[in-house]
Amino acid sequence: MRELLIHRSSTIWVLLMIATALSWWLGTGHRVAETPGNPAAWAGLMLIAFVKVRWILMDFMELRTAPLLLRLLFEAWVVAVCATIIVNYLIA
Amino acid sequence: MPGEAGVWVFIFGDMLIFALLFNVYVFYRAQDVELYRQSQMALDPAHGAVYTFLLLISSWFVVIAVRAARRGIDGMAPRLFAWALLCGVAFVVLKFFEYRGKVVSGITPTTNDFYMYYFILTGIHLLHVLIGIGVLAFMWRRLRARPSGPQDMVLIESGACYWHMVDLLWVVLFALLYLMS
Repeated sequence: MRELLIHRSSTIWVLLMIATALSWWLGTGHRVAETPGNPAAWAGLMLIAFVKVRWILMDFMELRTAPLLLRLLFEAWVVAVCATIIVNYLIA
Repeated sequence: MPGEAGVWVFIFGDMLIFALLFNVYVFYRAQDVELYRQSQMALDPAHGAVYTFLLLISSWFVVIAVRAARRGIDGMAPRLFAWALLCGVAFVVLKFFEYRGKVVSGITPTTNDFYMYYFILTGIHLLHVLIGIGVLAFMWRRLRARPSGPQDMVLIESGACYWHMVDLLWVVLFALLYLMS
């Protein structure tokens, strides 16, 4: 069991849980909600979400060690979707 | 490359469709920010966080299960898939109660534009979770029935990648629907 747990993906999982708790804390109550339409806070929450998405792709779905073309395709998805969502929001 | 090439084509195609849905939602949200903000206030971010934790824990069981199967630790992989499956079932049960709560308080997809997107986006995702539960159940049964061979690894990795995709799509939905109010 020990040998199964000592792996990069374990660290990533802990980071994913912490990032979820952090974005929950930031996105509720009197923090981001108190500053309606605060674009920086909104973009920050979105960036945290897409960092998490990238970790899942690279470390859980093992794209970090996959053929470069496949990895780049998904890296491009992360950057493009994160950017279009933030731009879409900010130009509103 | 982990899993079957065809599964990656499917995963990427599915992610492109969700990319479009995310952007359609953000675009229309921008047309009437106040309505969306007010409606989003009625969603409990704690629910969204619990769903995210459940799927992350589930994904974690799958990661360890794949590693166990690769190392030929056969007894462990099906048990871990079963735990992952239970987390998926818990997700569905909680989602049922969330939908029920909304409908009981008079909120349906026709209430306003936000709720239409809320039900469509989470509904399509829920469908993916249900398919994922079926995939996990299949892998659990398969690995329980006989020791895994190299030919099983492609299948196991493909199913695992699909389940991780369900997880990552939820991560975006959590931020878009439950946090961005």
